[in-house]
Amino acid sequence: MNIEQTDFYTQAILSMAALVGLTSFLMLGQGRLLRLIFVFALQGLLLTLTTALAAYSLDNPHLYISAVLTLVLKVIFIPWMLRREVVLMNMHRDVQALANKTVVMLGGASLMVFSYYVLHPIVQTTSPVMLNALAVSLSVVLLGMLLMISHRQAVAHVVGFMSIENGLFFAAIVATKGMPMVVELGIAFDVLVAAVLFGIFFLHIRTSIDSLDVDLLNRLHEVDK
Amino acid sequence: MNWLIAILQTMLFVVLAPLLAGWVKWCKCRLQNRKAPSLLQPYRDLFKLTHKQPVVSEQASWLFVTAPYIIFSATVLAASVVPLIAVDLPTSASADVIVMVGFFAFARFFLALAGLDIGTAFGGMGSSREMTISSLAEPAMLMAVFTLTMTASTTNLSGAIAHVLNEGLILRPSFVFALFALILVAIAETGRVPVDNPATHLELTMIHEAMILEYSGRHLALIEWASQLKLMLYGVLIANIFFPWGIADTFTAEALGYGLLAIMGKLALLAIILAIAETLVAKMRLFRVQEYLSFAYLLGLLGMLSHIILEASR
Amino acid sequence: MILVLAYCAVLFSFASGLLALMMNQRQTLLAVSQYCFKKFFHGNVHCRDWVNKNLKERRFPVFLRQAVFVLLGLSGVFAVLAGLAVIISKGIITGQIGLGLPWLPWHVRFDGLSGFFFLIIGIAVCAVSLYGPGYVSSYKENEHPFAVLGLFTGLFVAGMLLVLLADDAFMFMIAWELMSVASYFLVAFQHENSANRRAAFLYLLMAEVGALAIILAFGVLASFSDGFTFDALRESKLSVTWASIAFVLALLGFGMKAGIVPVHVWLPEAHPVAPSHISALMSGVMLKVALYGLIRFCFDLLGDVHWQWGVVLLLLGTFSALGGILYAMMQPNLKRLLAYSSVENIGIIFMVLGLAMIFMANGHPQLAALGFLAALFHAFNHALFKNLLFLGAGILHHQTHELNIDMMGGLIKKMPQTSVLFLVGCMSISSLPLFNGFVSEWLAFQTALQVDVLDNGVLRSLIPVSAAALALTAALAAACFVKVFGLIFLGQSRSRNSEKAHEVRYKGMLAGPALLAVLCFLFGIFPGVIIHLINNVSGQLLGQTLPNDSVVGWLWLAPVSAEQASYSAPLVLIGALIAAGVSYWYLRRNPLTVMRRANTWDCGFGGLTPRMQYTSSAFTMPFRRIFAKVWIIDEQINKDMQGAMNQDMAAVHYQLHIQDHSWPRLYQPIAQGVNRLAKQVGRIQTGNIRTYLGYSFATLLLLLWVIS
Repeated sequence: MNIEQTDFYTQAILSMAALVGLTSFLMLGQGRLLRLIFVFALQGLLLTLTTALAAYSLDNPHLYISAVLTLVLKVIFIPWMLRREVVLMNMHRDVQALANKTVVMLGGASLMVFSYYVLHPIVQTTSPVMLNALAVSLSVVLLGMLLMISHRQAVAHVVGFMSIENGLFFAAIVATKGMPMVVELGIAFDVLVAAVLFGIFFLHIRTSIDSLDVDLLNRLHEVDK
Repeated sequence: MNWLIAILQTMLFVVLAPLLAGWVKWCKCRLQNRKAPSLLQPYRDLFKLTHKQPVVSEQASWLFVTAPYIIFSATVLAASVVPLIAVDLPTSASADVIVMVGFFAFARFFLALAGLDIGTAFGGMGSSREMTISSLAEPAMLMAVFTLTMTASTTNLSGAIAHVLNEGLILRPSFVFALFALILVAIAETGRVPVDNPATHLELTMIHEAMILEYSGRHLALIEWASQLKLMLYGVLIANIFFPWGIADTFTAEALGYGLLAIMGKLALLAIILAIAETLVAKMRLFRVQEYLSFAYLLGLLGMLSHIILEASR
Repeated sequence: MILVLAYCAVLFSFASGLLALMMNQRQTLLAVSQYCFKKFFHGNVHCRDWVNKNLKERRFPVFLRQAVFVLLGLSGVFAVLAGLAVIISKGIITGQIGLGLPWLPWHVRFDGLSGFFFLIIGIAVCAVSLYGPGYVSSYKENEHPFAVLGLFTGLFVAGMLLVLLADDAFMFMIAWELMSVASYFLVAFQHENSANRRAAFLYLLMAEVGALAIILAFGVLASFSDGFTFDALRESKLSVTWASIAFVLALLGFGMKAGIVPVHVWLPEAHPVAPSHISALMSGVMLKVALYGLIRFCFDLLGDVHWQWGVVLLLLGTFSALGGILYAMMQPNLKRLLAYSSVENIGIIFMVLGLAMIFMANGHPQLAALGFLAALFHAFNHALFKNLLFLGAGILHHQTHELNIDMMGGLIKKMPQTSVLFLVGCMSISSLPLFNGFVSEWLAFQTALQVDVLDNGVLRSLIPVSAAALALTAALAAACFVKVFGLIFLGQSRSRNSEKAHEVRYKGMLAGPALLAVLCFLFGIFPGVIIHLINNVSGQLLGQTLPNDSVVGWLWLAPVSAEQASYSAPLVLIGALIAAGVSYWYLRRNPLTVMRRANTWDCGFGGLTPRMQYTSSAFTMPFRRIFAKVWIIDEQINKDMQGAMNQDMAAVHYQLHIQDHSWPRLYQPIAQGVNRLAKQVGRIQTGNIRTYLGYSFATLLLLLWVIS
């Protein structure tokens, strides 16, 4: 099944999948928080475009609503909120050195390959396009986790968490041609609540340990060394 | 006929390269609110340099004097392989895209040796940095190009471009990655702003200029010309691999003229983008370049993987 | 007839070794010749005068040295002839030698594969024998006797040739041991230095462990067949598990000899301490013999290969290639650097061989033939340029008494011919177009780019990654050899020795490398010649050649098909000449712009000294920083302070030690483990005689019980 034989919609979806994967990689390698948030917003934008594309070509109007929802939430609101937090807490000047950047990036590349092979037997019955798109979304999920593991700032953790959600969302659009509206609204609401909760959470960590470096949370552990 | 077109096209490459450099400079000046030199200024510089008496250090050996000719001819050979206005070049068959990268390596090898020949600290510094950057950029470039060659299943550059042209518009994720990778590599290899600054002679930041500090007269002219040629070459590669539309696939005067117009338009546009990027972005620290280039490498690799995984899956 | 040529090659190398023993037997020779002339040839006065003249006290050592190397050169010529003859005739010649145990004659088989490696050895030996007389003349006879060097060189070459001829496991192992032990003595030749003895011992140890692994591999095969001849081993039917065990053992054994990471550690120790022409032979040729062993074992004896083995080879090759070149880059010692670069090249060969294996196992024999072609061609090329570089290093050592790159500089003006030859070697090894190294690298890329035909997903993603690593390796190699050539030959002299250096006086010392340099260039322009030969080899071994139309004459090289990829070095050369000629002619025609010489610009400070130049560690500093994790770097900067309150800096001492990861990670744990085990075993040695009697008694009882 070569890409030449598929229709334009599939090609576009695949390209979008590749770009979403790329943004995940960009986030993984990003040391600066503001840029991280910017790339996250970019990923949201790509998701919006994908949703709109799906809505257009599948002629499924309720997907437009979810596209708008994505745009508002993931491209505008959450990045704006995170950005505000970062600027407020004066963390945008910190450059956070990733200890093992090359290793992390290489790990990311191998995760991508890995997710492809994991999905290979599962989706053999459906079209290869689905397999590819699903593989990318799974790898976005895994890369999001890797982001949370490799970065130390709590803000980065939030972004990682949100990008995991992005991966799931992408899979939902591509594979099931959009989830039912109710589910989607519910998830959107969840994300919103999560974002707000994280905001409060940040404030508390900040006031209690005077930093958002999660490694410093070790200090809170009970047993004295 | 084919050979004639190939030779003409190579000459066109050589002739147009300073113009492109002048155009980039012009755009940059305009963007930075400066008064721009004439578009023909690079030609005047080259003319002036070729008519000056070259001064060569007493330390220099024959290698130093020969190197400019070698560098220039290797770059011209590389240019002869790249389809500028027409595909189906016989030169592309005699040297495919891997050989083209080899030509660049050849030129660089001698440029770095020439930098070391005088025995100054500057020359060594330039050579060391140039080899560092290129040894990271070259594999990234090969990866990006391999994505193309695997799609077209030929390493013959004009054949590959013809393949892309015939297929019409297909959105390929791998090409997106390869495009980004190639752009990053092109910036690094031609010594443009985030990696090197072509307009500076500040010792801490110099790379390319540090190596050629001792050159003067016609030797300098050749090296400058070669580096302008290289800039144009990368521009043409980016333009014609990823946006081949407009390039002539028959050798009629009409098609060729159309091809020439198309490539000039594409290059002019690319140059504007380059000028904007150079105006917006600040130069990186030398040891950030590795991150930049390993990102390019990663992109190239991802392009190749996504070609294999996403596009040609079985 | 062809076999006779091959035997001649072996016999001549033996003869050269034996002749070298005559070094201390001048009087005997004199007496024998007098006797002979008196008895048999009365009238032949000219002849007698000639012999007498050459047997004189002063002339004799020179004459004997030349005679030994002439014999060695003849052996090389015969090896080349035999190799060419057998490849072109596409024959397989078998025979028996009545040596060895009475009921086990040695079986001999000479086919295309052996012939190709005969060719490699022959060319290298020819170059070395041109080079040798000049080089060994610097050794003092009482400290470093030529008899020893000559004898073991002869035995070493003979051993390598016999390995290629062997057609049963016994003969193979005997020849293999002959090669290993003879080369041990050559490594230990300058044994007055304890470091050299240590290196030689390490070499011997690893060679023997490797030989043990090879014997075990043969043992596994033999246990499934009747007999130790290769014909019998070919017939053996192994289960996948046993075949894999045999493969791993063979890989360990041959890989140790070939210098694959992480069992490469003997290479950088042993090569620098051996005499240069010997390290040329060891690095250029002996590693290839190990490669021959692996190819013979996997593709011929084991029969059907599995793709998993290919993956193992591919991965090992990738690691070796990258590791080798990165380690090479950091070495200030030229011969050590070259040794590490051999690791890199062997890695590339293994990589392509792995690709060939993968394609073979997946049912694409034509692509397997392509990979095989790339591997053998690179082996051939590596033999040429690595020999050239080692011989060049020998010249440099001979003239400057230095091997430290940081102590040379500016030699291009003092040794113009050497510098050109060395430059050719550097360009070949950096795989620049127009030279042979590029062609094999190009073929390797072409092989890797055929990955689209495979179905297996792991392979489809693994092979591009290794192609990327290959690209990185090539680029790093270019950087490394820019450093080598730039620091040795360009710039200003960094030490007094290199300041005083001059071109070698012995023409032979230049002729040997010149032969290799010419071949490097020639096969870079006309690779079709060698490819044609290798095609015959792969036709014989794999039963598959490249499609006939793919090697289109001498002008075009199109291994897959003309549409997919083509390269024409002659056309490129013509184009380069035209471009360079036109620009040269155009720019030089104005007589007013004659070049003017002036002082180097010194930024207005005055006085550029050689110490201001970039050094080896300075040149590689960016790499050291980028790939920091690859080495164990110990960098120390000590400042001597003086003056009031110790505020002024008097001197800065910079120390840099770079070590291989494999020592602390792999070898030291093994050594500790062995020691610990030995201590445990030592417990049963109580020293009490009654305990020992008890052991004997217990053994006796046990045996009786077993027998009953």
